[in-house]
Amino acid sequence: MSADGRVSPARLQELRRTAIQLRRHVVESVHHAGAGHLGGPMSAAEILTALYFEVMDIDPATPSDPDRDRFILSKGHCSIGLYAVLAQRGYFLEEELKTFDAIDSRLQGHPDMAVLPGLDMSTGSLGQGLSPGIGMALAARLQGKSYHTWVVVGDGDSQEGQIWEAAFVAGRYGLDNLTCILDWNGLQQYGWSTEAGYGNDNRLPPQENPAARWQAFGWRTEEIDGHDLEQIITACGQARAASGAPTLIIARTVKGKGISYMEGDYSWHSRPVTDEDLRLARQELAAQEEAL
Amino acid sequence: MANLIVTDQLVAQRDVFGNTLVELIDRDPRTYVLDGDLANSTKADIVSKERPDHFLEMGIAEQNMMGVAAGMASCGLIPWLSSFAVFLVNRDLDQLRVVVAQPNLNVKIGAGYTGLLTGKTGKTHQEVSDIAIMRAMPNLTVLAPADGVETRQAMLAANEWEGPVYLRLTRDPHPTIFDADHDFRIGAAYIVREGTDVTIMSTGVQTVRALRAADLLAADGVSAHVLHVPSIKPIDVAAIVAAGQKTGRVVATEDHTIIGGLGGAVAEILAENAPTPMARVGIGDTYGESAPNEELLEKYGLTPAHVAASARRLLQSGSGVAHI
Repeated sequence: MSADGRVSPARLQELRRTAIQLRRHVVESVHHAGAGHLGGPMSAAEILTALYFEVMDIDPATPSDPDRDRFILSKGHCSIGLYAVLAQRGYFLEEELKTFDAIDSRLQGHPDMAVLPGLDMSTGSLGQGLSPGIGMALAARLQGKSYHTWVVVGDGDSQEGQIWEAAFVAGRYGLDNLTCILDWNGLQQYGWSTEAGYGNDNRLPPQENPAARWQAFGWRTEEIDGHDLEQIITACGQARAASGAPTLIIARTVKGKGISYMEGDYSWHSRPVTDEDLRLARQELAAQEEAL
Repeated sequence: MANLIVTDQLVAQRDVFGNTLVELIDRDPRTYVLDGDLANSTKADIVSKERPDHFLEMGIAEQNMMGVAAGMASCGLIPWLSSFAVFLVNRDLDQLRVVVAQPNLNVKIGAGYTGLLTGKTGKTHQEVSDIAIMRAMPNLTVLAPADGVETRQAMLAANEWEGPVYLRLTRDPHPTIFDADHDFRIGAAYIVREGTDVTIMSTGVQTVRALRAADLLAADGVSAHVLHVPSIKPIDVAAIVAAGQKTGRVVATEDHTIIGGLGGAVAEILAENAPTPMARVGIGDTYGESAPNEELLEKYGLTPAHVAASARRLLQSGSGVAHI
């Protein structure tokens, strides 16, 4: 990022390529593992790319640096997306992605900070990621440190009540060193769905207005296209610079983004990837790379 | 043998908790207290008055509070949670499991108001299953001190222990068992009375009633050995086995249900190492109610007379029957 917070066109192209590679790692790793979550990692691909390659103050060589920015993936089932970006960023060899979900692997089904350096918090039980982020932001304030804490939550994730306990307390403490990015892809494993046509209205979601909800808890909010790297980077820069209140970035995303047959289909939340699925996905990703 | 000095000097563990938190902050400034809106009950309010910079109000939101503590611990701080045990055990159990116990983070859980004696609040506020629940959680250390002296020492030890600790505390004043020379260590059990006929094993403030039961038995000519087990996990297997082998009869008693608590832990250890006839004296498979302390102890079978009666039955019949 340049001094005025803008990213050069060449750098943006590079980051787009990184996000495509991230998606390739996700689909290949899940294919190799036999099954796994796909839709969520795909919707978060640009968010993770922007954070790890542009936004966060981190160094893969010193993953325990007390002054580093912190990251928590509250929607922990999207772990393979996080592992992919950590490998791409140099926290471990990309080869290790093949061990995802295998016995003795550091790449557990859900992120386990006890075994993998570079993970700042263990997650997997939904709704729990924002609260440790508050703890990290409070710790920075108490210890006089200037690092920023970033938390990615999902829209399904934030159906858990704990998210709202946390939103309340973060607003109360005015934690301007804390940013939450809502990966608002509108689909979950089954449950509520913004997609119509599943038989009756019982699965249509409650009224959603995240901006109003979070603002009511004392957060500043910003809504962006969660697949537009420039918008993500700009919004994160503004969030880091903001003072007096935590920021919620509402990132509108598409579940399964980037692989046509996964987009908007809740069944790709988690399922096996066949050899044919993999071939088609590689073909589509290659075409996207070609078109850059 | 420990310095057994049961005195009538009554001390409430919660008062010691509040004062010792201040001492911990002074000894190690990484220590912070997170309150779930009950500090004036748990006495963590002493910190809010004396070390306000180390006191963080979290409101009535225990799930978030547990997660905040995990985040603070991951950054090198030592957060102490303060609330009623019923909430810290049940309301945020999944948070304790996922972001504290699994990553083995350095969070200390000051669980006040355990057992039946919670100031006439009734079953919703009486935590009678916490030992069973907490000792089943991997990575968690579980401590239940007997009196004010041991509470302070357990807190000092917990603050220096790397990893999550659950500290089981009570509300109301109890007699003091230990003098200042007591040497509390995590993982150790303490013989607080020597005897030969039967061993009474107890934890937390129930050890006071175990000692009084031993007095009642002595009047009948029965020599009771009393082993106080303040460290539920890790637990002192050697001391439990030695006491079981020495007396050949064991009564385990606690202000907790008879399922999975100290009695359960002792039964597991004895069955595997030195099968010994035993009886459990605790709350039955039931919840409590709101009533004066003495009446609760009587109705739910926790008095010294109940413990002594159970020991006598065990000596006469040779077989263990849970007294509930």
